[in-house]
Amino acid sequence: MVVFDKPKSLADVPLHYCPGCTHGIIHRLVAETIDELGIEGKTIGVAPVGCSVLAYNYFNCDMVEAAHGRAPAVATGLKRSDPDNHIVFTYQGDGDLASIGMAETVHSAARNENITIIFVNNAIYGMTGGQMAPTSLPGQVTQTSPYGRDTDHCGFPVKVSEMLSQLDGAGYIERVAVNNVKNVRNAKKAIKKAFQNQIDKKGFSLIEVVSTCPTNWGMTPEKALEWVEEKMIPYYPLGVYKDRDAENKGE
Amino acid sequence: MAEKVLMKGNEAIAEAAILAGCRHYFGYPITPQTEIAAYMAKKMPKIGGCFLQAESEVAAINMVYGVAGTGKRVMTSSSSPGISLKAEGLSYLAGSDLPSLVVNVQRGGPGLGGIQPSQSDYFQATKGGGHGDFKMIVLAPSSVQEMADLTIKGFDLAEKYRMTSMILADGTMGQMMEPVSLEEVKVNEYDKSWAVTGTKCERKKNIINSLSLVPEELEKLNFARFERYKAIEENEVMYEEYMMDDAEICIAAFGIAARVAKNAINAARKEGVKAGLIRPITLWPFPNEAFRKAADKVDCFISVELSMGQMIEDIRLASECKKPVYLCNRVGGMIPSPELVLESIKAHCKGGTK
Amino acid sequence: MNTTQILIAGFGGQGVLFAGKFLAYKGLLSGKQVSWLPSYGPEMRGGTANCSVIISDEPIGSPIVTNPDCLVAMNLPSLKKYEYDVVSGGIIIIDSTLIGEMPVRDDVTVFAVPSTKMANDEGFSTLANMILMGKLIKECDAFDFDGTEDVLKKVVPPKKANLTEINLKALRTGYDY
Repeated sequence: MVVFDKPKSLADVPLHYCPGCTHGIIHRLVAETIDELGIEGKTIGVAPVGCSVLAYNYFNCDMVEAAHGRAPAVATGLKRSDPDNHIVFTYQGDGDLASIGMAETVHSAARNENITIIFVNNAIYGMTGGQMAPTSLPGQVTQTSPYGRDTDHCGFPVKVSEMLSQLDGAGYIERVAVNNVKNVRNAKKAIKKAFQNQIDKKGFSLIEVVSTCPTNWGMTPEKALEWVEEKMIPYYPLGVYKDRDAENKGE
Repeated sequence: MAEKVLMKGNEAIAEAAILAGCRHYFGYPITPQTEIAAYMAKKMPKIGGCFLQAESEVAAINMVYGVAGTGKRVMTSSSSPGISLKAEGLSYLAGSDLPSLVVNVQRGGPGLGGIQPSQSDYFQATKGGGHGDFKMIVLAPSSVQEMADLTIKGFDLAEKYRMTSMILADGTMGQMMEPVSLEEVKVNEYDKSWAVTGTKCERKKNIINSLSLVPEELEKLNFARFERYKAIEENEVMYEEYMMDDAEICIAAFGIAARVAKNAINAARKEGVKAGLIRPITLWPFPNEAFRKAADKVDCFISVELSMGQMIEDIRLASECKKPVYLCNRVGGMIPSPELVLESIKAHCKGGTK
Repeated sequence: MNTTQILIAGFGGQGVLFAGKFLAYKGLLSGKQVSWLPSYGPEMRGGTANCSVIISDEPIGSPIVTNPDCLVAMNLPSLKKYEYDVVSGGIIIIDSTLIGEMPVRDDVTVFAVPSTKMANDEGFSTLANMILMGKLIKECDAFDFDGTEDVLKKVVPPKKANLTEINLKALRTGYDY
């Protein structure tokens, strides 16, 4: 009896992510979802620029590598090329989605583009070596905020889920985390719902996953998970920020 | 032949694209090419196509990248400042070997420049148009009919060689109306096994990608791409010669400048000056051979441009600097008059004033 | 070689471009080579607008008209700006309702048509442009009145097809003036 197996939609190759990084968990949740919904033959994923740039090697479906921040625009093209037969998701980090690609993010939401965005927020630029991100916390020390993020000088973090939930176009916005078993299970539920929404033509879904970066945070993996609980989640509270479907049903 | 109708150059491009099977257009408003978007906005919904006004030029070219990845015909259009914004996407399209059609209805620059016609994006178009080693097929229409014909040709070449074709027009070509006849297009079928359309669980996954972290592999990709470019240079050059048989002075001009030049050449001939024209229709690949041959016959070249001599470099290279190349130009949205070109011809011809 | 270069100029909103399109189609339907080129200023209405139309027996080179054989001036600034560009022996047609002075040149033929007033009197106040086109058809050798109705069917958008007749009437009014 197999009790634990790799999802079919996750390629059987070693991931390049650092020890303790939660990208692996999130990849798995997405891949399980694709398997469970039976959509691997219709799915096209879009990889970003950032730590998950090589995601195109990891997901066992057609994949496209986009320019930095442009994944939602590329996904728009992929989806619109055959709206009935393409299931399109993007997998983006915070620098990609909330900084250089903010326009593409906001406008794909405003258009209620029928795509699924997996937004991994770990409050730092990982691939380039730990610079300040649009989601870095006030006071957070990074390579480009060596004295801590000074909000007088460079402003405040962007709360993407809260912001996008203000748009009439956005269909489903939820923030989850993957720092403990309970949160991972919730994250899975949210990701699955986001894909199901697309299948049901319910429009734009974005799942913000509060994640870790032990390497660039300068912490052990264990400490990083604690930091998520103590610092990240209080600033980025988990929960459903927008669910048009539920609103329409009066839930 | 289909009935001739009067159309603006911009509209001719849009209608020709539809005839060529393009069902996806993404763009952002900018003068003087907005008629293309307006035409698409009107037509696409009625024929099951997709017109989408993007939030920016950057987004538009990346939407093009998305559709191009699925192997379908797709286009965007803009004018000079907007093309600069698309440079990133053009480079990614090249790096991922995706076919697309991009229209630049040029206006005066640099910066915000003006809204009147210009040809000052010649370098940008013919020397790459973004970071990295790459080329675009650059087509320069000189009539409304050619705006349509080269759009159709552009889609075909883009698919044949898996790269971007750029229509390099200018405000005059976009805005002017001329009779045009549009006929049904026979669309050639090319291999699309690389496209991402979902594996349908029937094939291995495809990846559309321009990232290659191993230098040896990236080098190999570049070499292969330039082998393809070589084939284009050998097979796809297009140009028109006008009164070149006995010409002693050769005008080089494309687009609107070539039309003005023809008037001047006719006038010069009436005064006994044997002038002729080489009009590149493909700016890349450049008609090197035509200029090399002409260099053995004519006394000099005059490049008539709406730019600061950008094409002169290519003429000198093609003619191996055998004969002098002079410049006759207006810029900033101005157009050289036939009189100005005639003056230049008379100044530089045998026994001329210069 | 027979080539006629026409420049129509006025305020934006006076129907300069439409008038030009009418002429271009008139040429096309009589088997000629034609080109039409607007000045595409940012002011959509109320600014200056002009339109170059060339009708020829041969392929047309530059579509830009710098020395018209025929100038149609629909306001004073346009007359002032282009009067001296007209070729010697050419034609100038003006809307004499809106232009209070006559052209100065004596080497051109001038036709002063009070087209704005005529249009108002006839009850088609927006068609002063077509009255002037009627006059142009009469005085310019490149055109005749035959087939005008077919031309209007081409240039009047299908949604406004009911305006074809009134356009024809305006043209006839100008032609007979």
